[in-house]
Amino acid sequence: MAEEITSTNWLPRLNEPAPDFEAVTTHGVVRLSDFRDSWLILFSHPADFTPVCTTEFIAFAEIYPELQKRGVELLGLSIDSVYSHIAWVRNIEEKTGVKIPFPIIADLDRAVATKYGMIQPGASKTEAVRAVFVIDPKGILRAMVYYPLTTGRNMQEFVRLIDALQTSDKYNVATPANWQPGEKVIIPAPKTIEMVEENLKTADEVVDWYLCKRTLE
Amino acid sequence: MACINPDGTLTTSAKAVLQVLAESATPTEVARKVGLPLFRVRSSLRELVEAALLVEETDGSYRLTAAGTERLKQ
Repeated sequence: MAEEITSTNWLPRLNEPAPDFEAVTTHGVVRLSDFRDSWLILFSHPADFTPVCTTEFIAFAEIYPELQKRGVELLGLSIDSVYSHIAWVRNIEEKTGVKIPFPIIADLDRAVATKYGMIQPGASKTEAVRAVFVIDPKGILRAMVYYPLTTGRNMQEFVRLIDALQTSDKYNVATPANWQPGEKVIIPAPKTIEMVEENLKTADEVVDWYLCKRTLE
Repeated sequence: MACINPDGTLTTSAKAVLQVLAESATPTEVARKVGLPLFRVRSSLRELVEAALLVEETDGSYRLTAAGTERLKQ
């Protein structure tokens, strides 16, 4: 018997297909499959016309050009109506001059929020927490982050996360803590004695046999 | 509806998509020609097919229907 998905017992899983959806947004009806062939950052916020969320939306708009250079689209979500979203983004532009260029899902029936575990009753029974899902061009969920209602997210970390994921995919490497583009990457941990020897030959920096780094061309 | 205004007229972006499809094209080609993100184009194409202004070919490209051609003249 299939497990029932409710707002309190379901969380998506990394490296599995991201839960599909069709949703009303400020840019029309979109499906997850519409974003195929692009990276997607799907993020939720608790509510329109709230202070932390407003600062986050301005910050998401500010990183949008950098994300586009990396082939990434943004898609917001909250449990508000599309009219509320429209009024809010118009208000943000009027008050701050910042245009919100990406669509926002009006998830009044919580259908998308439920599939992505965005409703966490310990935080709020009526609002989505600050969740972020990075979905790759094949529709696979590659990263997810949940922040509490009180704490605005760090946008530069999401740009860095995209850079790290795309670098890992392109070069079949891992990235160390606090890695930034241009810095050395980690050669994946060897699984055999033979791989240990090969890693040691190709590494630019050897801490020990299980931690070898190299510079990308 | 993102492509059709409440009064039944086409939105600016919908007109741009239809105009590009005077010759059949794939969603990626439409996105490049119109300058819209691919997800927006896919969403618009679906809506315009539902409105019978476009048809999807078996090779994944889209072309105007007679109704779509007529609508562009209005």
